[in-house]
Amino acid sequence: MVISVASGKGGTGKTTVAVSLALSLGACQFLDCDVEEPNASLFLKPSITGKTSVSVPEPWVDESKCSHCGKCAEICAFHAIAVFEKSVLLFPQLCHGCGGCMLVCTEKAIAEGKRHIGVIEEGMSSSIIFAQGVLNIGEHMATPIIKEMKSLIRKDMDVIIDSPPGTSCPVIESMKGSDFVCLVTEPTPFGLNDLKLAVETVRELGIPFGVIINCDGIGDDGVKKYCQGENIPLLLSIPWSRRVAEAYSMGIPAIEADATLKEQFQDLYGTIGRMVVNKRDTGFQLEASR
Amino acid sequence: MKQLTIISGKGGTGKTTVTAAFAHLADHAVLADCDVDAADLHLILTPDIIREEPFYGGLLPSVDYERCTQCGLCEQQCRFGAIRSAKVDPVSCEGCGVCAYVCPEQAISMKERLSGYWYISDTREGPMVHARLGIAAENSGKLVSMVRQQAQELAEKEKKNLIIIDGPPGIGCPVIASIGGVDLVLIVTEPTLSGLHDLKRILGVANHFNIPAMVCVNKCDINAENTRAIENYCEEKEIAVAGRIPYAPEVTKAMLNRLSIVEHPCGEVTDEVIRIWRKVEGRLFGAQKEQCTF
Repeated sequence: MVISVASGKGGTGKTTVAVSLALSLGACQFLDCDVEEPNASLFLKPSITGKTSVSVPEPWVDESKCSHCGKCAEICAFHAIAVFEKSVLLFPQLCHGCGGCMLVCTEKAIAEGKRHIGVIEEGMSSSIIFAQGVLNIGEHMATPIIKEMKSLIRKDMDVIIDSPPGTSCPVIESMKGSDFVCLVTEPTPFGLNDLKLAVETVRELGIPFGVIINCDGIGDDGVKKYCQGENIPLLLSIPWSRRVAEAYSMGIPAIEADATLKEQFQDLYGTIGRMVVNKRDTGFQLEASR
Repeated sequence: MKQLTIISGKGGTGKTTVTAAFAHLADHAVLADCDVDAADLHLILTPDIIREEPFYGGLLPSVDYERCTQCGLCEQQCRFGAIRSAKVDPVSCEGCGVCAYVCPEQAISMKERLSGYWYISDTREGPMVHARLGIAAENSGKLVSMVRQQAQELAEKEKKNLIIIDGPPGIGCPVIASIGGVDLVLIVTEPTLSGLHDLKRILGVANHFNIPAMVCVNKCDINAENTRAIENYCEEKEIAVAGRIPYAPEVTKAMLNRLSIVEHPCGEVTDEVIRIWRKVEGRLFGAQKEQCTF
């Protein structure tokens, strides 16, 4: 089962939940897909044994062959290539690597190289198989690294994905293909507003999901009311406690700071498992009744 | 005209809380919410929208099935796996147009794709530009640029001397679009290992693009040792620490009341954020102005 932990709003406790869930399972695979700001390793403290460079295709132009016809600049939807009378200017960080420029070039003056944009680090944290993507400073695009991370997904065990915040491309790339999404929020107006956006996104992707309230007690009951009204399962409420917050600040996972949480996270895993199976069953029934 | 962006690297450290406080403290500012993925500033500033515009941030293929012969060339050439049996998956599509180019039947045309909306609003703290990125839409960086462009035009028109930009978390495309060419970034961090780790990365980004930075530590008393570690790190890198805000449950109460932490008194938190604002203002407009405001 592949479980993604996501949220609209940042800092609501995605990493706390993902790490605690992984630790409560024991053996599983953990993928930190928040490649802009990967933090799970601060809690899981894996020994990193492998590093792989992630690169994206980068066009380069052989000016001796180029006729400066400008077709490449015309097809490039990302303005990553500009053609002047006597020269060609490339903006590699804008390039999405679609290959359009090479396709249109009648002089075969464009070839593709590789540009390094980050790394994937792999290792072990006791019985957890760990990997994290790290985007280089100054790079724009996180999604190519997330795509590479997703190719590591193992079929023979449970996989926990720590997603980036927000609702745009990097988040979608992280969640896509998951069996279940846990949306972590805080019980505040900001938390609720961003939860609604995240719910719309997950619904668009058609993945079963539920909500986890972190820091319960600090705000109001807007999130609970919203979940009731929308029939969204509330999977878990983690009360705010200074002890857990201080432990977090030192890189100590929540379930180690508060032992009662361990059982709750094991229950959470059971709940998710049942929901995924139910969803599959209803899916089959729907298929069969057609 | 000066531009200030509030960023953090790590999410949830208090960017919007600080931005809303600055919005109240600044006299002649335009406000811009560039966290277009998950915008929250409007929840405090409760804007009255006076203009709403659609945002077309990219292209999406449209297939004419009368012409399509199911030859499969588009699928072969698409590097994003976004077209299968001539059916487009808008979530995977990046809008490059290669499918339309390779189609021998000219059955594919690229259509403008509605990727969100942007708004110009009135708020009790001045004019505000904000946006909403469409669900599962691409191009948040482009929408950020649009918000900033509108904010600049508005600031010129209304003769404002400052744009205060609420930035997104992370270090990627929308963050880079939010800080490009601004006069100063204020990084709001927290004294956690994650906060420190992410602070180093976002400072790296500011440095990479040559943008001056200041730092403030929120919830500084959650871990005094880490707060010192952050301050030491900043000292080493010659980055000014504008202040340290203690943790206070009142901050959430202010949010529940849809008020900034300056309007809703939060004790030491309020005093400190005012001091931080003065330092930021001093840095933006020079020491003279700083003395005047004291």
